[in-house]
Amino acid sequence: MAEAILSGWGRLALPGVELLGEDLESLSRGTTLSRGMGRSYGDSSLPARGTDRVVSTRLANRLLAFDAQTGVVRAEAGLSLVELNRLFVPRGFFTPVTPGTKFVTLGGMVASDVHGKNHHREGCFGAHVRSLLMRLADDSIVTCSPTELPDLFYATIGGMGLLGHILEVEFTLHRIPSPWIFMESERVRDIDEFLAALGRAAPRWPMTMGWIDCLQRGRSMGRGILMAGRWAEPHEAPKEPPRAAPELTFPVELPNWALNPTTASLFNMAYYWRHTQQRVETIVAPEPFFYPLDAILHWNRAYGPRGFTQYQCVLPRAAGSAAVREFMELLTRLGGASPLCVIKDCGPEGEGLLSFPLEGTSIAVDMAISPDIQRIVDQLNEFVIAAGGRIYLTKDLFTRPEHFRAMEPRLDRFLAAREKWDPQRRLRSAQSVRLFGDRA
Amino acid sequence: MKAVVLGGTAGMGRAVARRLAERGDEVFLMGRDAGDLARSAADLEARKAKDARVGYAVCDLEKPEGFAAALDEADRALGGFDTVVVTAGMFATQEALEADIELTRRVLTVNYTNTVVFCEHARKRLLERGGGQLTVFSSVAGDRGRKPVALYGSSKAGLSHYLESLDHKFHAKGLSVLCVKPGFVKTGMTAGLKPPPFAGEPDAVAKHVVRAMVARKPLLYTPAIWALVMLVIRWLPRFVMRRIGF
Repeated sequence: MAEAILSGWGRLALPGVELLGEDLESLSRGTTLSRGMGRSYGDSSLPARGTDRVVSTRLANRLLAFDAQTGVVRAEAGLSLVELNRLFVPRGFFTPVTPGTKFVTLGGMVASDVHGKNHHREGCFGAHVRSLLMRLADDSIVTCSPTELPDLFYATIGGMGLLGHILEVEFTLHRIPSPWIFMESERVRDIDEFLAALGRAAPRWPMTMGWIDCLQRGRSMGRGILMAGRWAEPHEAPKEPPRAAPELTFPVELPNWALNPTTASLFNMAYYWRHTQQRVETIVAPEPFFYPLDAILHWNRAYGPRGFTQYQCVLPRAAGSAAVREFMELLTRLGGASPLCVIKDCGPEGEGLLSFPLEGTSIAVDMAISPDIQRIVDQLNEFVIAAGGRIYLTKDLFTRPEHFRAMEPRLDRFLAAREKWDPQRRLRSAQSVRLFGDRA
Repeated sequence: MKAVVLGGTAGMGRAVARRLAERGDEVFLMGRDAGDLARSAADLEARKAKDARVGYAVCDLEKPEGFAAALDEADRALGGFDTVVVTAGMFATQEALEADIELTRRVLTVNYTNTVVFCEHARKRLLERGGGQLTVFSSVAGDRGRKPVALYGSSKAGLSHYLESLDHKFHAKGLSVLCVKPGFVKTGMTAGLKPPPFAGEPDAVAKHVVRAMVARKPLLYTPAIWALVMLVIRWLPRFVMRRIGF
């Protein structure tokens, strides 16, 4: 099997050996990491060194059981959310938690403990997982769950695939009243109003999130669109199911200069003023509501060959709205020219040892990779540490180990779990080398 | 349709079986490994909206003595099948085959002799009931003698030839035979090989194949671009074929 170049969604590419096949159980033996669709932005799905063999789960995508009474589903780790939605939305079921892209596998959803627009209600994906079948570093195969080997289970939820290869996932689908979303969107003028609006929406709506124009400064800093939604009741929904959206592909890699402050600000202006009314109520299809960017395949080409990263952090509620305002000020001051940033109200911290969200406000912003990027991330991280927040490993590429340690009080418990289940650190990624000091 | 799929647990066969099940066809799986068959049967059952059991039987292309019994079981489970799909086969690189004469014997036997024997069993049963549909996966590798697939390609050439004759001979009697010639498709079988341009995905291939089955076509290149590619390759003069590494 030849060495290949493996890349993450932010287009960082490293050499490695990727094994691909239907039989995940035998293929995963002796490999150092599992990877799914490669949608984590940074280096968490990339091999620690070029000779490391990582296993792709993509072809291990069978449904193993489904109970229409309880919604409990069991599947191989490579089953994608696209496929899950395609099969179950028409039958009145939906994943309890969905991230902002449907191009993820179940294994990846567990490893990243993904959260979605309903985090304030439903928590992360891991909260809905009933059990996992795993291949551990010593090549044994075990089942873990909240009651069976719970220490392994909670270190695996959000554990970036470092505790073992996830082979099978059993979780509970939710019933939905119709295949449509009732959405309310609201134009918001600045960051203070945004936080107030998110706070008002959270108790009223199961799903909320906002898009902020990060280029606005001064009085209109933090202006954007707040979106809130719920599944539409049968009497509100159109009779027909939503039609499959046409698949568009971002055709070429743009040159590095194509996305610059001017083009980004034009885009944002159009985005904001397209929303001509103050408040709009509509019935929309779930796809554009949950996965607006998935409509354009390979949209990461917009950033050109330099690639990009995403900075996502959560600032705790205790730090107050002043911290969010200061963070936005810092972000706009540092530049980075991301067209849009996403703001989300998070509910209580989950039980996964390295799960990202905690009660407060999450902010995510794409940043093109530039010579300044390390300095920008360092400064943002220092702010986040001071505020008592943390960053999302799935998006990260530039956080320093000392910064991560400072923002993660649970790190010692996670490292202790690794010590117990993989004392030789056989399982590793480029990210674990960078952040946890694993040998490359 | 009431379809038997030999090789339906992995690769293109898995995709075809799913496509058939989701269309509402009844599917019976055959393959080498009972555990693997059970998992794929569960997958197909979970994919169907209505409750339906998906049966399976172990059938190994290296063990032709078991063909009749497996087909009998499919007949019982489906109450008589009208469609047979064979996607199973063996692949090995030219280098591996040249180095191992026993492996060569196995690949030739599985891909040609035993596949033909299986088809003969299936064909007789279908014709006894007035016909039906037989779909077999051959390969573009059988269209022309080529350096990188000299041995594997020869087994597929024989198979394509057999399928074409079968179509000529029994078409009027109600048996429609579809010879599928996939180009490079990204499955577990081709993992580790460098995908050439126009490499296909199993789901797209399955969609294409099922459409051709329903339309009762005799021959399908898939992805479709390979019809054009192979048209050119088939007409290349020998002195050109000698020189190029294709």
